[in-house]
Amino acid sequence: MSAGHGSPDPIRLVGLTLGYDRHPAIHHLDGTVRAGDLLALVGPNGAGKSTLLKGMAGEIPCLDGRIERAAAVAYMPQADEIDRSFPLSVMDLAGMGLWRRAGAWRSLGRHRRAIEAALAAVGLDGFEARSIGTLSGGQFRRALFARLILQDCSVILLDEPFTGIDTRTVDDLLALIRSWHAEGRTVVAALHDLAQVRAHFPTTLLLAREAIAWGATARVLTSENLARVRNLSEAWDEAAPVCAGPRADVPHDHGAHGHHHHEDAA
Amino acid sequence: MIDPLGPLVAPFVEFGFMRRALAGCLALSVSAPPVGVFLTLRRMSLMSDAMSHAILPGAAAGFLVAGLSLPAMTLGGLVAGLAVALLAGAVTRATTVREDANLAAFYLISLAGGVLLVSLRGSQIDLMHFLFGSVLALDDAALWLLGGISTLTLVALAAIYRPLVMECVDPLFLRTVSRSGGPVHLAFLALVVVNLVGGFQALGTLLAVGLMLLPAVAARFWTRDLGGLIPVSMLIAALASVSGLSLSYQLDLPSGPAIVLAAGALYLASMLAGPRGGLLRRLVRARHLEA
Repeated sequence: MSAGHGSPDPIRLVGLTLGYDRHPAIHHLDGTVRAGDLLALVGPNGAGKSTLLKGMAGEIPCLDGRIERAAAVAYMPQADEIDRSFPLSVMDLAGMGLWRRAGAWRSLGRHRRAIEAALAAVGLDGFEARSIGTLSGGQFRRALFARLILQDCSVILLDEPFTGIDTRTVDDLLALIRSWHAEGRTVVAALHDLAQVRAHFPTTLLLAREAIAWGATARVLTSENLARVRNLSEAWDEAAPVCAGPRADVPHDHGAHGHHHHEDAA
Repeated sequence: MIDPLGPLVAPFVEFGFMRRALAGCLALSVSAPPVGVFLTLRRMSLMSDAMSHAILPGAAAGFLVAGLSLPAMTLGGLVAGLAVALLAGAVTRATTVREDANLAAFYLISLAGGVLLVSLRGSQIDLMHFLFGSVLALDDAALWLLGGISTLTLVALAAIYRPLVMECVDPLFLRTVSRSGGPVHLAFLALVVVNLVGGFQALGTLLAVGLMLLPAVAARFWTRDLGGLIPVSMLIAALASVSGLSLSYQLDLPSGPAIVLAAGALYLASMLAGPRGGLLRRLVRARHLEA
């Protein structure tokens, strides 16, 4: 299943504010993730990258505004809640990705080939029967990518997928992400390695609680924009007043420009 | 007697009430341990202890209304247990306080209420019945109840097995692909309550937890995967039931504690001799492999 160009926008953000305890971590964000986008989320710690992905995945409620999703979304969180001491095989972990097709009762037997193919695609052939507790960090990440393959979603959200992973594995997984892009899938990934973003991600959203810039990567990752991002104050202001609405000097609503690519918003 | 199995089997051959006790305990032995396996894997072992306390006020209320009546006390126990499970689950979802803390809060309220109810109209003997049961006095209704609970548990576990495993391993993933996480979690808590209510007829509230958890923990020393843990835990529970009942008859011991102590002995033996991380295995360091 591929969502080619011309499909409806898979994710639209409208006046979106996300946060915790009324303090915004994403503040008045407007924009559209287009079908087939390969979008990097870049920003310092506390910029709201993970929060935005959680919001897109439907994990946290919106404080204000809304997120319009047109398709089912596959989401790989930064810190997974997986209990790795649970006696489960790599095959079963990857097989969870088939939930939408197999549900609670249908047999996974006829999907065995597909599971083995997905594990082979991430370089885990021969690991089918291994228990998940015996995998190294990188191998485990690969197994989670195999599960993403089996989920077969047109929209894939990745939260810092390469943290603590060796370069060979990163290269393999980046190749996988590029193949998803080539199939017309939409991929949004939070990343810290700017060289990686410049090399592999055509579009970038630079975040510092608000959108600093959203558009073609080369025009977003300028030294001027990056300098603005560094001024982000991470701490909450406990005495902050109630927000009166989006400020006039913050650019927003990229979605109004129709189906062309986003322009540098700075 | 020359037959070595004689002392083990004789009481069941000779006495109807021993056969009834055995039937009840075996029914419980196939339903409670699988629930215990999931509890231990979710690190919620002590949750069953909390729940066993939580059903007390319901059973006490049933007792106050109808005396020592099986349907009234069972219904009361079910209502109280499910109420505590549902309330704790609902508060956990609505606030940021974790489920174990909420469960602790609600079960303490429930337990205190139960003790108050029992003391309002009852004697110490009634309380002992709640806590330690009376497996040697199982009537037809109690046997039907235990058999029904056993059937219900196995059918329900089979129905929710896959989402339950997913909910244990990766709750966040299940949330993103399905809304079944909440209902499955509640269904599982309901199975815990149902088995405890069934167990307290036979063994009493405190000891019902023993037949739920001890075989499940002991099984972990024999096998690693889920497909092995469940049958092994059932087998250990059945062994504990037979030997516990038999010993209680031979040595004139109270039967409920004898069964749980038998399960405890099997746990200690597994801990020592089990091939998966048992203590004796640790003494002999196996030579490592080439790759």
